[in-house]
This record gives sequence, C-alpha cells and structure tokens, in this order.
Amino acid sequence: MSDIVKPFWVMVNKEISDHVRSWRFIILVALILLTTTGSIYTVLAVIQQHPAQLSAHTDFLYLKLFTKSTNNLPPFITLIGFLGPLVGIALGFDAVNSERDNGTLSRVISQPIPRDYFINSKFMGGLTVIVSLVFALGFLVLGLGIIYIGLPPAFDEFLRVVVFLILTCIYIAFWLNLGITFSILFRQSSTSALSALAIWLFFTVFYSMLVQFVANAFYYRRAAQVISQSLSRISPNYLFHELTTILLTPSIRSLGGLSFRQMSGALPSTLPLGQSMLLVWPDITALIAATLVCFGISYVLFMKQEIRAS
Amino acid sequence: MDGPIIQINDLVKNYDTNTAVDHLNLDIRKGEIFGLLGPNGAGKTTIILSMLGLSEPTSGMVMVKGHDSTTEPLKVKKITGYLPDDVGFSGNSTGLENLVYTAMLNGIPRNEAIESAEELLEMVDLKEAGHKKTKTYSKGMTQRLGLADVMIKDPEIMVLDEPTIGIDPKGINEFLDLIRNLSKEKGMTVLLSSHLLHQVQKICDRVGILVEGKLLAQGKVDDLANELFGGKDTSITAEVSPITDELIQALSEKEGIKEIQGNGEVITMKGNRDVAPVISQTIVQNNAKLYRLSYKEYGLDEIYQHYFEGGTTDV
Repeated sequence: MSDIVKPFWVMVNKEISDHVRSWRFIILVALILLTTTGSIYTVLAVIQQHPAQLSAHTDFLYLKLFTKSTNNLPPFITLIGFLGPLVGIALGFDAVNSERDNGTLSRVISQPIPRDYFINSKFMGGLTVIVSLVFALGFLVLGLGIIYIGLPPAFDEFLRVVVFLILTCIYIAFWLNLGITFSILFRQSSTSALSALAIWLFFTVFYSMLVQFVANAFYYRRAAQVISQSLSRISPNYLFHELTTILLTPSIRSLGGLSFRQMSGALPSTLPLGQSMLLVWPDITALIAATLVCFGISYVLFMKQEIRAS
Repeated sequence: MDGPIIQINDLVKNYDTNTAVDHLNLDIRKGEIFGLLGPNGAGKTTIILSMLGLSEPTSGMVMVKGHDSTTEPLKVKKITGYLPDDVGFSGNSTGLENLVYTAMLNGIPRNEAIESAEELLEMVDLKEAGHKKTKTYSKGMTQRLGLADVMIKDPEIMVLDEPTIGIDPKGINEFLDLIRNLSKEKGMTVLLSSHLLHQVQKICDRVGILVEGKLLAQGKVDDLANELFGGKDTSITAEVSPITDELIQALSEKEGIKEIQGNGEVITMKGNRDVAPVISQTIVQNNAKLYRLSYKEYGLDEIYQHYFEGGTTDV
C-alpha cells in the first residue's frame, strides 16, 4: 500500500507537529511577528511619503525594507539576528533530555529504527519549522512591500532576499543544534536552556565589548582593526550580521575599509549579487561549518550516550 | 522442543567503574514467561537493554531468534516489544495517537494502525481514556497503555521491565493476568524483570535470580525452593486451645520436632513437613482442640532473602 510512511518521516512529522503546537513556539512567533511588522510598517510609511529620507537613491527599495529603520525600532535584519537564535534554542534545548525524562526515548528507540533516526529527526523537524517560519516571514515582507510600493521587486533584489533567507535559516539552525547538543549534555532541560541562553547572551551583548577591550590594547590603529575584526568573526552573531548587511546592501564593496588609492577610478555603482556573495563567502562557509560541527558533536554525543541514566 | 529464543552468552557490561553484568549465561525458551528477579541495581535493565541492542555489551553476546543484538539490532527490535520501567508517552497526544505513532514507526499503515490501536485500547480497558491526552493518565493507566504499545507491533517476544511498579495491588493482579493471558493465547515469550518477588512468581514459568550482575539460580519457583530448603526444617504453627505443659512435653518427645514454643494460643515449632500428622495426632490425644495447623511455604521472598543475605557461599 502506498500510505506506508517511512519511519523517519513519521518521526519528523511528529517533531514538527509537537513544535507547532507548543506554547513557547507560538509565543516566540507572535513576538517576532509583532516586532518585525512594526519595523516594516514604519519603513513602508516612510517609503510611501518621503523616500528620500532613507537614502539619496531609490534603487533597491525592497532591500531597504529589511535593512533600514526609522523611529526607535531596529531594522528587520537586526530583529531576526536577535530573535532568530531564541527560536533555535527554544526548538532545541529540550529535544533529548525531555524525552528521556518522559520515558519516551527508550520506548521510541526500541522500535525497529536505527538509533540516529532519533537525533536526525530532531534536527530535520526543527529545521523544517525554521525554514517555513523564515520564508513565510520574508515573503510576507515582500508581499507587503508590493502592496505598499506598487512596484514588483527586481529579480536581483528577489535573489538577494532569497539568499538572505537561506542564510538566516542556517544561522538559526546553528542555534538549534547548539540547543540539541546541550539537551544531550545536560539531563535537566532548565540547565540546557540556561546554558544555551548564556552563550547567546554572551555573543549578542558581551562579546563585542570584550573584543573592543582587547583591540584597545593595541597602539596601532591598523593592528587594532585587524585584531578586532578577526576576533569578532569567531562570533556567529557577528558573522550573520556582517554577511546579511553586505548581501542586502549592494553598495558595500569591501568588508574592511578601502584606501583612497583603492577607491580611485572605481565607478560609484553597486555590486552584482555574485560579487557581494564573493565578498562574504568566508562568512558563509564559516557559518555553515559552525552549524555542521555543532550537529556533528550532538550526533556523536547522542550515539555514544547510554540510554539509561546511570 | 525448540531451541532457546533468547540466548545470553557470557555477557559482561562494565560502566565506568562498576560491573553491572558479570559473565551472565541465560537461555529463555519460546513461549515461556521468564522472571528476572533481583534487587534494584542488580543489572536487570542492563541485560534488557543489551538484549535490544540499545546498550553495547563490554563482551559476550545476546542472540534473539538467531540474530545478534549488537550487530543486527533492527531485526531484534522488529520482533521484540519493550516496556521500559519508566515508560511514558507524549503528554499532549491522546493514547490512541501515541499507539498509532508506534505502529507507524513499525511500518504499519495509518488506517490499519488506528484499527488495531482501538482494539488494543479496549483490551487494556482504556477504551474511553484512549481519546484523552496521556498527561491526564494515572500510573496504572500509563502502564496499561504501555502494554498496548508493546502489543501493537504484534511481537514474538515481550520484554517488560518492572511492569508492576507504581500500580495498586488490585491493578497489579489484573495487569499480570493480562500479561499471562496474552502470552498463552499468542504463544508469546515474555521476559519480565521485577524486584517484587511474590507478585510475579504467580505468573512466571521460570525465574532467574540476579544479584550484583550474577545469575545465582534459575528454575521453577517450586524447584528452587525444594533445592534450597528441601532438606531443611520449616516452621510450623499450630493454633491450639488449651495449651498445657503436658501437651508441650508430649510434642517435644516426638521425633523430628524441635524448638517448641507455646505462646498464648499458638504453638510454633520447627520440623520437616512430614511431621504434621504426628503433631495433630499428639494434640488430639492430649484433649486439646486444634484450630489450625500450618507450615510455612517457601516462596521467592525466602529464596531471595536466602541468597541475598547469605550470599553465595552456602549454596
């Protein structure tokens, strides 16, 4: 019969439905919707009335929906960069330890399924939810833009937004994997939640201060700049911020500063998508690598761990 | 006679410092109910987890119906239903949904799964509760749902880890009867572990006593008792009225009766089972009335205590 579903997809389905029906997910989605709508709405109001307030050029209007802000609300990319990790952590922090506590872990893996289905389905389920959420959100913003602006986005703009959304998914998946790893390491879900949040807080708030502090110790400005940049790039938050800013702002031509000599003779134009991506290719690779390494660690930990707490 | 369906050969499992299972050998035959008995921490759960391929043995192997649990766990898990001691279900789903989920993990199509889940819920007396969320279930209900969960894959072997834990006494009997009937109807092999000895001795065909990772004895409960206490004196209690010194004197003169003590209306003494007729005769001859004469039956409790307190030295 055709309605035999492969056990792995049965498990992924269950993960998704558990996530979607959980209160914490609903609350986070509501929070994200509320803040981003506010941010987008104020930008749209400005675009409609005085587009010149945003920038001298009116090209790439759709990208400005994501990167610009007015009033006190931060722009869309900052909000997503801030709240996205929370979604990832919320989906992952009790993935394994709560099932262990509830006594469902040993019951499920005593079914005729390979052991890694369990951890893989946790990741796939979480990732599916994240991808749906991020793309729904991104396309909603585009749709809202079309209604308000009345012009369709250029193809290049659309591609940039899609790449941005994919990278956002990878970024949130990193935090999902971090949460899952902690859920294996710690038997208490509160411990794993707090540890994951501590890391998130460290990178969002304190890490840049720390980097600044270290960089200030260098006398030469150039050395300080190099040090601060390379240290900053250890932080996934910084990576995400850097690469999304560059992807969504085609006029940025370099990650560091450019000297006047380098600038001389350059046309004051924007970069094509391919060139922008080339510029942040190391960031993209690093982000994907961090996500995969995190998943690898959780996979190995789970496969090695005794089913029974001893 | 079929060969054993579960064969445990020289199984060893070490955790960091301690040995949970120590060179264990055990055969379980098809269709029997085998009770694995021992105190907490004796290694019962470890044996079960190794059998299902959920825990890798340090050395030795477990064969289930010809499949090595360590290298072919999927084949073993296909034919084995496991009820963990701390069984739980996802609380926000109903009992029925939980059963259907397990069935689908076993490759059963959804429609069939719903059908058999409903049958099983009726069997374990959860027909109405099956449509309620499992977080509202009592421990006994969870345990019964666990049994249905084990049954839904139609296993050849049922492995039940401490199935009676947390159920009230009346529920325990019903639950054990259910297990026994299922096993006999379907010819299923049942391996159950417990530390509550007298509860499971009723339904087990054979038992094995496990202390500190070693199997101290195995066999039928009666055989074990005979083997251990056959030659020994048992304690005999007689309810007699009136108790006179002459009666005590007369009893003590009989051969095979020792340590006679009169206490109120009860006389306790020690002796072989064969002396019971002699005792009753003596009492009647001394013009006393005999209301009750009983000798102590050795059950698992005594066997267990014998091993556990006496250790292995005197066996």
